[in-house]
Formats: sequence, C-alpha cells, structure tokens
Amino acid sequence: MKHKTALKYATDLDLVQQAVLDDRSRHLRRLIFRAIENGGRGHIGPALSLVEIIRVLYDDFVRHDPANPKWRERDRFILSKGHGCLALYAVLADRGFFDLGELDRFCHFDSFLGGHPETVVPGVEACTGALGHGLSIGLGMALAARMQGRDNKVYVLMGDGEINEGSVWEAAACADKHHLSNLTAIIDYNKIQSAGSVFEIQNMEPLADKWTAFGFRVFECNGHDVDDLRQVFREAAAYAGDRPRAIICHTVKGKGIPAAENNPDWHHKSDLKPAELQIVRSALGS
Amino acid sequence: MRKRSLDMVHTLAKRDERVVFIGSDLSPNLLGEMKKEFPSRYYMEGIAEANVIGMAAGMAMDGFIPYVNTIATFITRRCYEQVAIDLCLHDLPVRLIGNGGGYVYAPLGPTHEAIEDIAIMRALPRMTVTAVCDADEMTRLMDATLDWPHPIYIRLGKGGDPVISKAERGFAIGKAIDMIDSETGASDVLLISTGVATTQALKAAGSLAADGIRCRQLHVHTVKPLDADAIVDAASKTKLVLTVEEHSVIGGLGSAVLETLSDRLTGALPPVKRLGIPDKFAEHYGSQAKLMEDFRFDAKGIDAAVRKHLAELRR
Repeated sequence: MKHKTALKYATDLDLVQQAVLDDRSRHLRRLIFRAIENGGRGHIGPALSLVEIIRVLYDDFVRHDPANPKWRERDRFILSKGHGCLALYAVLADRGFFDLGELDRFCHFDSFLGGHPETVVPGVEACTGALGHGLSIGLGMALAARMQGRDNKVYVLMGDGEINEGSVWEAAACADKHHLSNLTAIIDYNKIQSAGSVFEIQNMEPLADKWTAFGFRVFECNGHDVDDLRQVFREAAAYAGDRPRAIICHTVKGKGIPAAENNPDWHHKSDLKPAELQIVRSALGS
Repeated sequence: MRKRSLDMVHTLAKRDERVVFIGSDLSPNLLGEMKKEFPSRYYMEGIAEANVIGMAAGMAMDGFIPYVNTIATFITRRCYEQVAIDLCLHDLPVRLIGNGGGYVYAPLGPTHEAIEDIAIMRALPRMTVTAVCDADEMTRLMDATLDWPHPIYIRLGKGGDPVISKAERGFAIGKAIDMIDSETGASDVLLISTGVATTQALKAAGSLAADGIRCRQLHVHTVKPLDADAIVDAASKTKLVLTVEEHSVIGGLGSAVLETLSDRLTGALPPVKRLGIPDKFAEHYGSQAKLMEDFRFDAKGIDAAVRKHLAELRR
C-alpha cells in the first residue's frame, strides 16, 4: 500500500503481517466469534488487531483482581477505541471477570455486553465508543493516583483512526505538562480506518515523531508477537524517566482470519453468512 | 457571584480533601490562595476544554470532586460530547462553573454569549442545571454541591449583582424559592424566573403590586431537576404564568415549565407566556442590561408584558 510518508520503524512490518498466532490467541479469537455469532453483529477487524496487546497486558502487566474489579490499587486499563470491545470482553471473560456464557448474550436486550464497552461490565474502567475520550480520562486517573499516593499505572489503548481526533493531542500535551510517567498510551496501528487506508484518509505520519514531539517516550513493537509485546512492555515499565510512554503496536486489522486481514469490509459485520462463518472456523478451528 | 463561587471552591477544598479545582486558561492568580494552600489540588490547564472535562472525569472516577471553570460557552458548547459521555453517562460528581451566562459578555459578542447553555445542559440525562440569582445564594449553592452525587452545571452572572436572596427562605438543590410572601398562594400572575432574571422579575413584581396586581414569584435556581410540585401548585392558583430567563426561549426555563405543566397539571392550563432571548444571535454589543432591555425582559419589559397579557385575559 502506497503512502505519502515513508514509514521508518524499527519493527519489521512484514513480520507483523506474517505473525503466527498460538493456541491462546486463537482461543481468544474464538471467544470473539462466539459473541459475534450470538449477537448477530460486531466490529471484527478492530477487535482482531487488539487481541495480543490486551492479552499480554492482562496476562503479564495490568495489576488486577477479577474477584474485586474495583480494587483501589489496581492498574487502570481504558480501551479508548471502544469499538474494539470484543477483544476486551474475550480477555476479561477468559480471566474470570464474568462468566464466559455472557458472551453468548452479546448485544442482547438485557446483556451487559454491548457493542461499545460500559462500566457495568466488570473490569471495564470507562464507557467508550465516541473516540478521543480515553487519554484525557486516563490522565485524570493518573493525576488522581499521584494525588492519592497510589503507585498503580494507567494504560490507554487508542486506534490509529481515533488519533485523528484533536482531543487526543490536547490530552497528549497535558500528559507531558504533568510528567505523567504513570500513564502509557498504546496505539493499535493497524493502518486501516473505517473508510480505508489511514494514509489516504488521514495520514498521521510521522507518528512516532509526533508522540515524541508531544513529550512521550516512544516504544514500538509487533503487536501480534506476544514475546515482542512482553519485551517492549517490560522496557517501557523499566524506563525511569518522568515522561509518559507511548507504545506504537504495529498490527493487522482482522488479524487471524485471512479473508478479513487488511480488509475494510470486515470492519463491522451484521449477520455473518454461513460461508463467512466457515471462513472463520477454518481459520481458527473450533 | 463569580468571585464568590470560586472563593467557595477554596472554602470547600479546606473542608474536604476530595475537592479539586481545574481552570482552563483563566486570569493570572485566579484562586491564588488556594493554589498556595493546596498546590496539588489546583490545576490551571490550557485552552483545551475537551481534555479538561475528560481529565476531571478521570479524577472523579477515583473519588475526587473536581470544580471545573471557564467561560460558559466554552464549557458547554466546545466539549459537549465529553460532558455527555465522560460526566453524565458515568454520573460523576464534576461541577462545571460557567462564567458569563446569558449576555454577561455582551461587549464581546455572540461567540461569548451563553444563550442556550441551559437548554443543552438540561437535555443531558443526570445533569443538574443551576442558575442562582446573587452571590449570597451562590454560597448556599456551593455548600450544597459538596454532597450532590451527580454532575452540576453552575451558571454564573456578571458579578456585583444586587443581593436579593434571603437565607431564611432556605436553599436546597431542586427546590424553587417563593420570593414573595403570600398567605393563600393565589395570584393574578405567577412569575417564574431563574438566574439574575429573578432580580428583574422581583422588581417588576414590586411595580405591579403597587397597582394592585397580585404577584407570586418562584425563583428557580435549579432548572433541572425542576421543582415540578411547586410550579404545578402555584400555576393552579393563578390567572397567568410568565417565565423570565436570560436565555433562549427554546429549551430553557420557559420550555421546562411548559413541559411540566403540560404533563402534570390536571386542571385547565393557565396562559403561559415566555420572556427571554428570541431565537437569534445578538446583533448588538453594549451591555448585558441594554440587551435585556432590548429584548424586553428587564423589569420594565416584564411589567409591561404582565399588564398586556392580563388585559388580554380580561377582554
């Protein structure tokens, strides 16, 4: 895909495309499709690019207690790109925040799992869905932690289309001003927004330079390689400076379903046809 | 009223460690004493209203009570989605203090005139909308905000407004205040007003009473939740209802009163007339008082409107 600005990333983008998913990643994707099949709809591409990021965060970094979701000392994770909520629901259910069976009721009239996450869901910190809200809320939480003397961290995961929103950059400037070293911005850089390529719709390159210019210590990684994710989150955690962190995760929209990968048509789907479900099953197994 | 409101933030901060102040590029040294005493709970942020609202939400989610202050148009229009979602959907105790409700900034023109702030704030579920009439009442409101569990919009007047409120009439969020003593509650005209328009209405009530017109006046410092019981009761005992507000006639106090009477009044609806800002942006500068006079909701305009409508009823 051609774009105006040459990408200069240390991460090999071919390796991102080729990343092989392990059993756990495929299991989490099956949970996502369990919800989509029962709910009759869902944002597919935007959830599939997130799975490894959220999985690694909850498996290894985000301090949490599924039995006590409001634990005061917990780390806060905000999924600012709320339309990727199926990945978060899969991980939260898998970790025991709520029963896996709730996934079967996704978007049902009386389910707490809607098409965008709300705080009625155990483990969800903020109602998101309108884009460009999460980083400001996250920095407020980071300031609250500082005022209350808590050492917990705040993670905010945003989409690459979402960062078109001006409010994201208002928040970035503010996080820099307050030296919020307890705040980490994570960008799901799958390079496709709803209408098409981010390089055609609204190019944000040079992206790493932008975050650096806004005062963040920038890291990047292959967002589907769990070892690379762990390594970079460890490096980011070990960074001792007083700047907020930004982790650019190179990902593939629709990762794990070849027909959906890099395909804007799989951004959101209603009523998957039997042939499409067959494509999903053959990609993920059952 | 503005100074009292901000001084009260400092007072509340002394009383309760959950209180935080967040300003968006306001005057230098604003709340300087609070900044000195509680530097960690004093934030003067940039010109970034959307961010400031989200930041306040994040703090409130972790137990703080942020008082956010900037010009009324900016704190309502500019960041409406943040107010709706970050504050109202999460039902957080964040207080929005809007400088210059109505025509306070008349010399600065329409970009700075908050003429629909009550309407748009009122349309949001869980939002409480207040417009007190003077500095003393502001003290009572600010006292009450500490334990109110929902977001609040606090509309400010110009400052230096005459003090007409009385402590003995009490104060509770959501409770209208009878401004004129009356044994039976019956009246020829029921004036219902909010903010500094209450001062104008009270003045008009004086000149009308001098001519034997029985006036009752409800001051509605809380437009939402509206004191429906008081309004319905008073409306059932009058010949004419006149609402007065320094706000667009679309969606503000007058609309709220009409909706309530339409929904709740079981008997015949008395004529209800609305005074306020017509559906237009100001075409003049000058002063707040001059624009209120121009749109005929100053004391003189209210007096004239009451006499005219009562005369129509007699015909």
